Amino acid sequence: MAEPTATLDLSELRRRARPQDIPQVPTITICGGTGCRVYGSEMVADRFRQELDAAGCQATVELQVKSTGCHGFCEQGPLVVLRPSEIMYVHVKPKDVPEIVQRTIIAGELIDRLLYVDPDSGDHISREPDVPFYKHQQRLILNLNGLIDPLDINEYINMGGYRAIHHCLGELTPPMVIDTVKRSGLRGRGGAGFPTGLKWELCRNQPGDLKYVICNADEGDPGAYMDRSIIEGNPHRVLEGMIIGAYAMGARRGYVYIRAEYPLAVKHLRAAVAQARAAGFLGRNILGSGFDFDIDITLGSGAFVCGEETALMASIEGRTGEPRPRPPFPAQRGLWGRPTNINNVKSWASVPIIIDRGPEFFASIGTPSSKGTMIFSLVGNINNTGLVEVPMGITLRQLVEDIGGGVPGGKQFKAAQIGGPSGGCIPPEHLDVQIDYDSLRSLGAIMGSGGLVIADEDTCMVDFARFFMAFTQEESCGKCVPCRIGTKAMLSTLERICDGKGQPGDLEYLTELGNEIKSASLCGLGQTAPNPVLSTLRYFREEYQAHIHQGRCPAKVCKGLISYSVLEENCTGCMVCLRSCPTGAIQGAKREVHHIDAEKCNRCGTCFSLCKFDAVQVV
Amino acid sequence: MSDLVTLTIDGVEVSVPKGTLVADAAKKIQIDIPVFCYHPKLEPVGMCRVCLVEIGLPMRDRATGELLKNEDGSPKLSFRGLQTGCTVAVSEGMAVRTASQPVKEARGAVLEFLLSSHPLDCPVCDKGGECPLQNLTMAHGKGTSRMAFNDKLKIAKHVPLGELIYLDRERCIQCARCIRFQEEIVDDPVIRFHNRGRSLEIVTMSEPGFDSYWSGNTTDICPVGALTTSDFRFGARPWELTPAASICPHCPVGCNTTMSTRREAISGGRKVIKRIMPRQNEAVNEIWICDKGRFVHHFADSAQRLTTPLIRKDGQLVEASWDEALDLVAGQLQKHKSAAAGLASGRLSNEDLFQFQKLFRKGLGSRNIDLANRQLGGGEIVAQVGVGSGTNLKDLGKGDAILVVASDLHEEAPLWWMRVKQAAERGVSLVLVNGRRTRLDKFAAHTVNYEPGQGLMTIRRLFGLAQVETESTRDDQLAAAAEKLIKAENLVAFYGSEGLTFDESDALAKLLGNLLLIKNGHNHTGRANNGLIPVWPHSNSQGAWDMGIHPAYGPGYAALETPGLGAAQIYAGAASGDIEALYVVGADPVGDGLMADRGKLSFLVVQELFLTETAALADVVLPAQSWAEREGTYTNGERRVQRYYPAIPAYGDSRPDWQILAQVGERAGLEKPAFAASLMFKEIAKAVTQYKHMDYRSLAQVEKQWPDVGGDDLYYGGNAYENGSGLGQQWMAAAESGAVERFEAPDIEPNSFESLPLIQTRALYASGTLTNISKVIEARLVSPTLTVSPADAARLELSDGDVVDVAVNGASVQAKLSVSKYATVGLAQLSGVGSGFVSGTAAAEFNRVVESEKELA
Ligand SMILES: Cc1cc2nc3c(=O)[nH]c(=O)nc-3n(C[C@H](O)[C@H](O)[C@H](O)COP(=O)(O)O)c2cc1C
Ligand code: SF4
Ligand code: SF4
Ligand code: FES
Repeated sequence: MAEPTATLDLSELRRRARPQDIPQVPTITICGGTGCRVYGSEMVADRFRQELDAAGCQATVELQVKSTGCHGFCEQGPLVVLRPSEIMYVHVKPKDVPEIVQRTIIAGELIDRLLYVDPDSGDHISREPDVPFYKHQQRLILNLNGLIDPLDINEYINMGGYRAIHHCLGELTPPMVIDTVKRSGLRGRGGAGFPTGLKWELCRNQPGDLKYVICNADEGDPGAYMDRSIIEGNPHRVLEGMIIGAYAMGARRGYVYIRAEYPLAVKHLRAAVAQARAAGFLGRNILGSGFDFDIDITLGSGAFVCGEETALMASIEGRTGEPRPRPPFPAQRGLWGRPTNINNVKSWASVPIIIDRGPEFFASIGTPSSKGTMIFSLVGNINNTGLVEVPMGITLRQLVEDIGGGVPGGKQFKAAQIGGPSGGCIPPEHLDVQIDYDSLRSLGAIMGSGGLVIADEDTCMVDFARFFMAFTQEESCGKCVPCRIGTKAMLSTLERICDGKGQPGDLEYLTELGNEIKSASLCGLGQTAPNPVLSTLRYFREEYQAHIHQGRCPAKVCKGLISYSVLEENCTGCMVCLRSCPTGAIQGAKREVHHIDAEKCNRCGTCFSLCKFDAVQVV
Repeated sequence: MSDLVTLTIDGVEVSVPKGTLVADAAKKIQIDIPVFCYHPKLEPVGMCRVCLVEIGLPMRDRATGELLKNEDGSPKLSFRGLQTGCTVAVSEGMAVRTASQPVKEARGAVLEFLLSSHPLDCPVCDKGGECPLQNLTMAHGKGTSRMAFNDKLKIAKHVPLGELIYLDRERCIQCARCIRFQEEIVDDPVIRFHNRGRSLEIVTMSEPGFDSYWSGNTTDICPVGALTTSDFRFGARPWELTPAASICPHCPVGCNTTMSTRREAISGGRKVIKRIMPRQNEAVNEIWICDKGRFVHHFADSAQRLTTPLIRKDGQLVEASWDEALDLVAGQLQKHKSAAAGLASGRLSNEDLFQFQKLFRKGLGSRNIDLANRQLGGGEIVAQVGVGSGTNLKDLGKGDAILVVASDLHEEAPLWWMRVKQAAERGVSLVLVNGRRTRLDKFAAHTVNYEPGQGLMTIRRLFGLAQVETESTRDDQLAAAAEKLIKAENLVAFYGSEGLTFDESDALAKLLGNLLLIKNGHNHTGRANNGLIPVWPHSNSQGAWDMGIHPAYGPGYAALETPGLGAAQIYAGAASGDIEALYVVGADPVGDGLMADRGKLSFLVVQELFLTETAALADVVLPAQSWAEREGTYTNGERRVQRYYPAIPAYGDSRPDWQILAQVGERAGLEKPAFAASLMFKEIAKAVTQYKHMDYRSLAQVEKQWPDVGGDDLYYGGNAYENGSGLGQQWMAAAESGAVERFEAPDIEPNSFESLPLIQTRALYASGTLTNISKVIEARLVSPTLTVSPADAARLELSDGDVVDVAVNGASVQAKLSVSKYATVGLAQLSGVGSGFVSGTAAAEFNRVVESEKELA
C-alpha cells in the first residue's frame, strides 16, 4: 500500500485526474474479493510475487502484482487478469502460477486449460471483456473493482476519483448539487426506490444545523453481496458520495453502518476513511472550502431488520435494533433526534458518477422512471453466478440468458425471485419484463436491493416460498404483533402444505393472512414478508393446489408428498442403496430386486442419488 | 385558540390541542380506538398495531397550494394505508375512520394473532374481568380463529421476577408497557426484553429480581394478566372484589388508593383486603403508587393485632373490658392533670389528633402534648408560605424551578421523587442541596453537596446569593443555582431534615420561606405551584400541625400564651418524674430510641395496633383500629385534606382512635363522643379556620380527570383507578390571602467534626411497626446498615460486611457495614434503625464487633 497522499493540492488532483484510464503498466490483477479469497487467491498472489522474483522479471520489466476488489464472477475464482492484454484465467491455483509466468508472461502463450469455457458453445475465451458474463453488463459502479488496489487512495484518485467532490465544493452550491442529483433521476437502491434528490432536499430543508448522513451497508438479504463488493473493491467512491451528500444537505457527520460479518470490507473501509482524512477529503475545512465533515464506522451485528432505517439508527445510538413507526421520517427526526439522510451503498456510489459525468449521462441510461444501472447478485439455477451490473430497462431474459448463460443442464427456467425475502417471483411468461422499479412492482416483485435467484423446473415453488418465509419469520424482531405472530402462522401453514397436510381453504387463508400482515405491520420487513408467498400464489397456484388437493408435489421436492420406489426392470441387486440407507428401509439380497419400505423411508434421497442404474424413482 | 386543531373522526368533528394523538382525540368524543401498547402516560411506540385506523389528509393543489375540493364541495382527502392512531398526531382537516372495513379487518387480525399465542386461561386469570385483551376481544374479536392450535406457544407460566411480581410468559403480549414504565417513568430499567421474534420474553436484570420501588405499577398497566403481584395472584376474581377508596398511610404524599376487599372462607369468613391499587388523582399520584403503599397493608390483617384492652395486673398485661380500661385511664389522667402528658403520631387522622389535643387541653387542662417524634420543623412557616392551593407538580415545566433540600425523596416520599424527576425531564430546573448524593442528582441542573453540618450555612449563602442581583460565575454551583431559582417563573421548595436536628430544620424552613419571599419579578409565594413542601416523616404530620399537636400552638396555629412541654421535655420529665402520667397514641418511642424505659412514670397508657416495645411497658394498652377499618382524613404535605373510607370490619374489639380518646374525654368531663367521624370533622372545621370550607361531602367531590383511565376503559378494564370518592381539598396558605413578613431565622452554630460524622437516613423499607409485619416485603426490609465510602472505611480500618457498633450520645446500635463507592466521602450514614436514634449530624464512634465473613473466607 502506498503512503496516503498528504493533504492534496487541488491542482495536483486535477492533473492526476485523467478520465477512466486503464493503467498501461503491465499488471497482474488478482481478485482479492471475499469469494476469491475463499478459493485461495491470496496464496495465488503470493506465489506470483515469488515466481516473478525467481524469474527475475521484476528486475527487467516493470510489472505489478495487484490484489483488487471483487470482479463479480466469483464462481470462477480465483480470477487472474493480465493487463493490458486482459487475458483472464479462471480457477487459478498456486501450482498454476509458475506455468503462467513462464508460458504467458514470458513466452506470451495462452494456457487453454485456465481459460474460461463458455458452457453454451464450448469455446475457450481468452479476454475478460469477451466473456458473455461481462459482455452484456454496463459497469458504472463496479468499473474500477478489477483495476485498482482498494487500499491505496492514489489509485482511485488516478482513475478520476475525488474529482466530483472537488467540482462540487468548487463550483456548485448545495442546492445545485441536489438539483443535479434530482435531474439524474437516481432512485434509492436500498429497496424502496425513493427518489434520492427529493430525499436530500427534504433533509436539507429541515431546520437545525446538526444533521447526519448514513450509509446503509447492512446488506441483510440472504445471498446478496453487492454492497460488500463495492466497499471491498472501491470504498472511496462510497465515501466520496457521502461527502457530496453531506455537503448538499449540510451534514457534519456521517456513519457507515456495516455488518461485522464483512471483515474485509470493514478493513478496507477503515483504511479508506483514514486515507481520505489524511488527504484532506474528510475532517475540517475539506479541500479548503470551509466545509467540515467526518465519517464514523459502526458495526452491525447482523440482524436483517437492522437494515431498516429506523432500526439502524437505533442500533447506531446503542439501543436495540428495532424499528419504530414512521412518521416522523429520518429526515424529520433521525439519529439522536436530528434530521438524517440514509442511503444505500449503491445509491451513494452512484453520486460521484452523476456529478462527474453529468446528470444527463446518468439519466440517459435506463427507462423513463428508472435511471442508471442496477447491480444484482445472480444466484440459483443459472450457469453464470456472480455480481452483475446492468442498465435499468434490460429485460429479465437478457439477464438470465445472455449474462447468466441460461439454466444449466438443459432444464427449463421456472421463476426469477427478485428483491430477496421482500420480493416476488417472476414466471417464464414474464421473462421479457423490463427491469425497472415500476414494471417489477406491477408483477408483484420489487427491485429490492438486488437479490436475484433463478429457479429451474426442479424447484417446488411452495417450498421456495416456504424458504423465504422461514427467513423472514426468523428475522422478525417481534416488536409488532402482525409480523411476530402472523409470519409464524403463514410459515406453519406452508410447512403443513409441504408436509402433505394441506387443507382446502389454505390458499385463501394464506392470501388473507398475507394481506393482513402487509397492511398491519410496523416496518418494511413485515409489510413485505408475505410477498414471496403472495407472488407464487399468483403465478404458481396450480402447484399449491396439487400439493393440497392431489397430494403431490409436481417438482418432487416436498418430502411429505413423494415416495421412492425401485423400478424392478432396472434393479441389478447391487446392494449399494441398501447399504447406505440411513433408516434401513431397503430390503433385498444380492442380485435380487430390492424393495423400499415406505413406512421406514424418510425420503432422504440417498438411494436415488447413488443408484447407477436409474432403478430408484421418485413419485 | 390557535393551538386547537379541528378534525373529524368517523364524521364527528372535534377540536383538540395541537400535538394530541389521534387515539386520545377519539377518546374525547367517546370513540374508542382500541389500544394495547399505548398508554397515555408513556411515550407511544406503535408496536401492537391494534389501534390501526385510516387517516385522510386534505389534498392541496401542487401549484397553488389551495385545498382541493370534491364536487360536493367537501375537501378532497388522500388516505394512505392504515396508520396507528397512537403515534399519529392530529392535524387540521384530518379525517379519521375508525370503523371502516379495512380497519375492522386489521384490528380483528391483530386480536386473532394475539389470541393465537394466548393461553386463554381467563377462568383462572387475575385479570379476567378487568382485562383489556378480554374486553377488546369481546368487542372486536372474530369469535373464531383460523390459527393452528399447535402453533400456540407453551412456555413458562409462573416465573418470579423477584418475590413481589410474577410473570406468566404465555399471557404476555409483548406490549412493553412494563419495560417502558420502568425506563421512562421511574428510571429503574431492571426489566427488559430478552431474545426476539416469537421468543421475546421479559426478564429481570437485577439482584434481587425486579428490584424497584415501583414494580407493582407494572401489574396495573399490564393489559393482560401477565404480571401479577405475589400476594394477590390467584387470590380472587375482580368481580368478587368490593372497592373502597383510601389514602395511603405511609408518607406525606397521600397517594389515593383503592382497596379491593372480599369476604372469604379462607380468612375465616372475614372481609379482608385483597389488594391495593392506585386511584386516579392527577394532582397527587396520577395513577401510580409505590410498592410500600401497595404491599405494606398486610399488617392490618395480622394475627399480632391487639384485639382487646389490656390492663397490667400483678405485673402482667391481662385482657380487660373497654369500660374497665377507659375508667382506669380517665381516672389516672385526671389524677395527674397537669403532670400528665400526651404524645401522638403523625400517622393518626385529623379526627384522632383533634380529639387528642382536646382531651388534654380541655379535659385535663394539660398543655403537655407533642408529636412523639418531631423530626421536622417549620409547620407554622408552611402555614404561611406552603405551596399555593391548586398546586400540581405536573404543571411545572420549562422556566420553572424546584429546590430540594436535605431530603432523599426516593426513600422518603417516592411519588414526589417520581413527579420531581418528571418535572426535571420536562425542563424544570432542579436544584439539589443535600449532604450527600441521592437518586435525583442525575436529573438536577445543579447539585450542591454540603460538608457535614454545613446544611444551614449553605442555605444561608444561597439566600444571600439570591438576594443580590449578580451575574454568577458559572463555576460556583450555588450562585448559578440561586440565579435559576430566583429567576424561575414558578418555584417549589421541598425540604426535609436529613442530617438536621429539629431546631435546625425549623430554621431551614424559615430560611427557605425567606428565599421564597424574595421579590424579583416573580412571586414565589401565595400562588399555585409556588411555595414550600415539607417532606414530613408521616402521612399526617401536616394534619398534626394543623390540629395543634404542638406545645406552643393550638388548632389552626393559634399561638398559646403559655406553651406546654414539648416531646424532649416530656421524655426528660418521664425519666425524672416531673411527668407522672403519659398517654402515647400510635407511636413507639421506646422502639424508636427516643425513650429508654418508662422511667419514673407512675402511669403509662398506650393506644396501638400492636404490642410495641412501649406498649409492653404500659399499664393500660388500648387496641385501635387500623386506617382500613374506619374513616378519617389525612392532610398531605401539599396541605391537601383527603378522605379515606372504611374497607374492612374492625379487628377484634378495636375502636377508632378518635372514639377511644373521646370516650376517655367523656369520663374526664368532656361532652359525649360524636356519633361519626364526619361530625368530628365538623368540629374541626369550626376550630381550624383553614378547614372552614370543608366537610366530608366537599372532600368527596370529584371531577373529570384526564387522561381518562377509569371505568371499562381500554387502558385498564377494572374499576380501581376510578376516582368517585374525592379528590380532596387544599387549604390556603396565609400568603394566598395577605402579605407575609420575613421570618426571623435563629443563628445556629454549624458543627465541625474531628472524626467521621454520622447522619441517619430514611429508607422506604426501614423496618418499623407496620413494615415488619407485612410478610411480602420482608426480604426487602433494611436492617441496621452503616454506609461509608471506601476511603472512610480504610481510615476506620473496617471492611464491607463487618458488624460495627455505632455509638452516639451514649446510645449504641449494631449495624452491618456497607462500603459503597457511591457514598459521600467524609460522611457515615446509618439506616434501618429506630427513627430517633441520631439527631442531626452527630459525632459518633465506630467499633468492629464481628469481622466480615468475606474477610475471613
Ligand atoms: C427489513 C428491512 C431491511 C432492510 N435492509 C436494508 C439493507 O440491508 N440495506 C439497505 O440499503 N437498505 C435496507 N433497507 C431499506 C432501508 O430502510 C432504507 O430504505 C434504505 O437504506 C434507504 O436508502 P436508499 O434510499 O438509498 O434506498 C431495509 C428495509 C427493511 C424494511
Ligand atoms: S414488522 Fe416485523 S420486523 Fe418490523 S417491527 Fe414488526 S415485528 Fe419487527
Ligand atoms: S408483561 Fe404485560 S405489560 Fe409487560 S410486555 Fe407483557 S403484556 Fe405488556
Ligand atoms: S400500536 Fe397503537 S396501541 Fe399499540
